[in-house]
Amino acid sequence: MAEGRVMAEVRRLGPFLAAEMRPKGPVLTPFNLISIPIILLGLGILVVRFTKGLGSVTNLSQESPWGLWIGFDVITGVAFAGGAYVITFAVYVMRLEKYKPIVRATVLNGLLAYVFYAGALTLDLGRPWNIINPIIGNDFGYNSVLFLVSWHFMLYMFAELIEFSPAVAEWLGAKRARRILSGMTVGAVIFGITLSTLHQSGLGALYLMAKPKIHPLWYTEFIPILFLVSSIFAGLSMIILEGTISHRVFSAQVDEKRHAGFEDMLFGLGKGAAIAMFVYYFFHALVFVHDHRWRLIEGFWGAWYLLEIIGLVLVPCFLFAYGVRNRRIGIVRTAAILALLGILMNRLNISVITFNWYSPHHYYPTWQEIVVTLMVIFSEIWVFRWIVLRMPVLRAAHELPSRGTLGTSRREPVPG
Amino acid sequence: MNRRGFLKLSGAAGAAAAGCRRAAAELPESAQEFTGVLVDTTRCIGCRSCEVACSLEHGNFVPNPENDDALESVRDTSETQWTVVNRHRTSKGDVYVKKQCMHCWQPACAAACLTNAMYKTRQGPVIWRSDKCMGCRFCMVSCPFDIPKFEYDSWNPRLQKCTLCFERLQEGRKPACVEACPTDALMFGPKRQLMEIARIRIYNHPDDYVHQIYGEHEVGGTGWLYLAAVPFEELGFRTDLGTTPYPEYTRDFLYGVPLVLFGLPALLLGLRLMADGTGEGEAHDG
Repeated sequence: MAEGRVMAEVRRLGPFLAAEMRPKGPVLTPFNLISIPIILLGLGILVVRFTKGLGSVTNLSQESPWGLWIGFDVITGVAFAGGAYVITFAVYVMRLEKYKPIVRATVLNGLLAYVFYAGALTLDLGRPWNIINPIIGNDFGYNSVLFLVSWHFMLYMFAELIEFSPAVAEWLGAKRARRILSGMTVGAVIFGITLSTLHQSGLGALYLMAKPKIHPLWYTEFIPILFLVSSIFAGLSMIILEGTISHRVFSAQVDEKRHAGFEDMLFGLGKGAAIAMFVYYFFHALVFVHDHRWRLIEGFWGAWYLLEIIGLVLVPCFLFAYGVRNRRIGIVRTAAILALLGILMNRLNISVITFNWYSPHHYYPTWQEIVVTLMVIFSEIWVFRWIVLRMPVLRAAHELPSRGTLGTSRREPVPG
Repeated sequence: MNRRGFLKLSGAAGAAAAGCRRAAAELPESAQEFTGVLVDTTRCIGCRSCEVACSLEHGNFVPNPENDDALESVRDTSETQWTVVNRHRTSKGDVYVKKQCMHCWQPACAAACLTNAMYKTRQGPVIWRSDKCMGCRFCMVSCPFDIPKFEYDSWNPRLQKCTLCFERLQEGRKPACVEACPTDALMFGPKRQLMEIARIRIYNHPDDYVHQIYGEHEVGGTGWLYLAAVPFEELGFRTDLGTTPYPEYTRDFLYGVPLVLFGLPALLLGLRLMADGTGEGEAHDG
């Protein structure tokens, strides 16, 4: 009998999935016209990369073993994806119901960011077929920060998958599965926040042993804490930017009520970002004063450092505060963009730009490295769009009847 | 170390591995000593026999010291040449310095490696194990001496560096470079012995050496030790690396991990329960 039911489900899902595979929007959009050739070109480059070696398409060298693919895709991409753990903390731990409507989009973004950006790590691995080794214990390098980070990446992807899975279940109309998966949300959230705390800081800890190679203005034993704090406002800024774009591009998905509450949410996020940024700036100032770093403020690197810390941390911090206080959404958005640039600059400074700063040979990416990075970003957007147009991510899941009786999680705030 | 001494050492090591931890702890200290090489740069004549011997031993690119003018520039080791000799023009004339992996006591590369592919053996050499490595190059990022070299032009790249001829040591032989050295500029042995010899040389010829043994304390101590007549900065050595073993830099962070992993979820759950009490209609569940 159960088998019969399963067969019926499969018979129902087959045509449904087939129908869902078809494009749901116009095909000849500017985004498609730009992204498709780049994705195809990127795939071509990857064929060369995997047959001829990393040296054939990248500018990596013995002195600069990590370039754009690690510095931007992984180190920066993961910081940008920090919004998921911050928002799930607000909604499921602090029970700030106000942010419930953006949970799904943010978690989806986080999940895809990890799959694509952290996944880009595999493109950079010289011997990717051995990626299974730290999982199966050949060997467990317990004393390695990277061991911790890689395990956390993997576990966090599972946590985010569980957090997002109710949306998939709703899409498929699988009520029972949705009930079970929803029951796992809080556990996944708590686990996910813990993992994020450790791997966001862990990405910084990767550079602790590179002490003699990173410019002293950027090296501090507190890099892990700085990475963690900055991932909070990086995530919040990304939600502001990405949410703004999503609400325009997918406006048909968003109902009136959500549109109305959206700006209010952005101001709330901006407030959080302002505070996190100030804490971050304060930590930087503490390190600076404590180590007597005035003597390092000279020449290009001194100016470059001040540009990052004043221009792209302190300035957007005040812009956030000003924008929130005076209800100026444009200023909050500008602040978010500046803050993201600041994060980009900080992560690249530590991982690429000031790495071996004394060396006459400077790393800069090849066009192939840039194309592959764009490919990763565009592929992620493609998948994001595919999911948003089909699953209840931006829109409320009102088509599910008897929501109240599902008993999914009485403890959770009801979506507002 | 002679063959007999080595057999004694490996036998003891085997017994320690087979026996219980207690037995390992009670082994005489000498049986667990790491070996290394003492380089006396005042004796090196720059003949580069060590380069040739190294490359022949490991099937790498064999240089031709007679005809190439490699000494004209300061070279780095590479994926095809695990050791190089450089000439440095100093206040006391030309000084030749051999460069290769330092075989740190507590290697950053091994601490960085998430699969223990970079591995500090009990005998002292730091070796690379191909079946474990995934090619992430974190060892290269972490190594303070920039020693591991990656084969960027291969679909199946290896991390290449001096292995202190680990296979030869297991057969009770000296490293190829040490054996090839015609002037005894290189000396192989347990570090304690090498340190004594180095100190005796400085003591007997106080005007011929700077009174520092590079590698005694640098990055927590290295397997390769250097004596020189001029300050080490003049010889291309980094003297700003500190004396802290590099794995120490990540130790505090790694110690914190289990605390966060088990403490934070409890804290978060507590916060969630606290937040629950504020609602009017939500307090009924429990």
